[in-house]
Amino acid sequence: MSKQTATAAIDIRETSKVYGNDRATGVVALDDVSLVIEDNEFFTLLGPSGCGKTTLLRLIAGFEQPTHGEILLFGEHLEGLPPYKRPVNTVFQHYALFPHMTVAENISFGLEMLDKPPTEISSVVREVLGLVQMEHLADRKTNQISGGQQQRVALARALAPRPKVLLLDEPLSALDFKLRKEMQVELKRLQSETGITFIFVTHDQEEALTMSDRVAVMKDGLILQVGNPREIYDRPAKRFVADFIGDINILKGTIDSRDGTRARVRLNAGHQGEASLPANPDSLGSEVSIAIRPEQLSFVSDEGAAHLTGCIRQISYFGSGFDYEVEIATGESVMLRLQNRSSEHRAYEIGDHAFITLGDNSMLVLTD
Amino acid sequence: MPDQSTNHSQLSASVIAEEKRLRNTRIALLSPGILTIFCIGIMPLSIVLVYSFLEPGDFGGVSWNLSFDAYVQLLFEEDIFDETLAFTTDYLEIFFRSASLALFTTIACLLVGFPTAYFIATQPPARRNAWLFLITIPFWTNLLIRTYAMLLILRDQGVINLSLIEIGLIDSAIPMLYTDFAVCLGLVYAYLPFMVLPIFASLEKLDFRLVEASYDLYATRFRVLKRIIIPIAKPGIAAGCILVLIPSLGAFITPALLGGGKSLMLGNLIELQFGQARNWPFGSAIALVLMLLVMLSLMTYLRYGAKKGVPAHG
Repeated sequence: MSKQTATAAIDIRETSKVYGNDRATGVVALDDVSLVIEDNEFFTLLGPSGCGKTTLLRLIAGFEQPTHGEILLFGEHLEGLPPYKRPVNTVFQHYALFPHMTVAENISFGLEMLDKPPTEISSVVREVLGLVQMEHLADRKTNQISGGQQQRVALARALAPRPKVLLLDEPLSALDFKLRKEMQVELKRLQSETGITFIFVTHDQEEALTMSDRVAVMKDGLILQVGNPREIYDRPAKRFVADFIGDINILKGTIDSRDGTRARVRLNAGHQGEASLPANPDSLGSEVSIAIRPEQLSFVSDEGAAHLTGCIRQISYFGSGFDYEVEIATGESVMLRLQNRSSEHRAYEIGDHAFITLGDNSMLVLTD
Repeated sequence: MPDQSTNHSQLSASVIAEEKRLRNTRIALLSPGILTIFCIGIMPLSIVLVYSFLEPGDFGGVSWNLSFDAYVQLLFEEDIFDETLAFTTDYLEIFFRSASLALFTTIACLLVGFPTAYFIATQPPARRNAWLFLITIPFWTNLLIRTYAMLLILRDQGVINLSLIEIGLIDSAIPMLYTDFAVCLGLVYAYLPFMVLPIFASLEKLDFRLVEASYDLYATRFRVLKRIIIPIAKPGIAAGCILVLIPSLGAFITPALLGGGKSLMLGNLIELQFGQARNWPFGSAIALVLMLLVMLSLMTYLRYGAKKGVPAHG
């Protein structure tokens, strides 16, 4: 075994999960997925519901067995091990706190099951309660505390046995917006304080970008792209990834010439310029999709400097700025995002004629 | 200001009238319930209580003279020659025998009923009703007939013995009928649904994601059962045990038929007093003492259970 795989927290090798009898008639939840998650990493599995992210988590936890492939935890095969023999803990989406136990009893449960000595249990419970700032509620029943507090207890309960990997199955989805924001920061802090590898499952792209060291974007049982949040956002490998993460304009165009990872492209709307190519450009035809993030676009007053021209169809205000929807000559719609403090002070209104420029290196060629 | 105060008193007068009307309505609506409780609960029990302090009539019934003989008789025996009282454990033995038989029945019902209820609760919802239906079907037949059916199964020429002899496992029939085993089996058969249904009701509400969570927290199957499933099903288990224990204590058809009258049980003893023995006060006294003991043990359990037990949850 090579040195690299021995140090990886989780090494998933060509793993598939099929529900039903076979691939033809069953449901393929995971399709030949390989993934390496490093130690002490905050790793996020991101995708729409039904993409296989929760299945992957359940395979690691041991609630399901893979149809094919193998999963290694710090170099050790997990095959055939029941959940109670895997040094991995889960924070469940609906917390699954034990209703007949107090907060402290919930947290000590895992340690008791590991037959730790009572003195160690009580000191660890105290420590973990402190970690999630719940000391004052240790003796409450779990139905006597709020949703956010239950979330913290679920976290503390999963952290108390010091798992080698912590699995989090959409743990923040039941919280309201403000609490969710707080818990995002909290989770990030807990991960760096404990040094435990976190595998976080979410369908919320913003959550994934703010918290993760690396993100895997999944769809239909496949991993489409793995990378740090910046790579995923700035250089999406596929059209689905670009579309799923953040807002993006996708315009039709053609490739004039290419040079390694760069190409000269011509938008159907007229503009010509440099664009970056995806990792596997060979599969591209001459007609391609070109993506531009809305914040890469800006208005200019001088028609001569404009790359695109069009008419403003819709303006929406979102607090820190405005989104403008502009219909360009080809009939395609382009979204443009301006922050309140941006230099374009002129107030635009629906129906106004608009001249748009593209930022440098803002065009990306996508594969489907 | 004066206007306001008259207004106020008028208002309060109408409020009082309204409240009175509401109270009358409430009493009217509750009257069927109150009447039922009085007629089938309080009145018969009062008759039993009064009878237990009277003398037995010569030809059954009671004669209206105050007497504590019925209660004395429970613990003391009157010498027929010199009318002195001597302590006797005869009836205490019957109490003890009945209580231990009822306890065995309850434990056996729990051991069979809990897995059954768990099995049904883990079935897909559509199939649960079918299983519950199967559990309750025997109830549609008279207990006496079902007990006779047990008799046919257990007797020396019964289904069990004949088939065991047929396949050559035994040479001669194992006597099963007219033993405590037979009585216990009959009682378990008769009262099993009372155990299964309340446990099923509490297991049905159990969130099986909790089971998954405890597996994840290193609990083995046995420990999940002990630490999660049983504590959460505890209200159902307690209800089931009470529902089986109490009728088993007073059962008389099953012990009479399957026990062959070899060992007298409390139920048979009480029946005897109202039948052949024609001692209604004594029968009433035994029934009341039995009831008192059950109530005391239940109250002790509830007090203990309330302190240590699980509060009901949704």
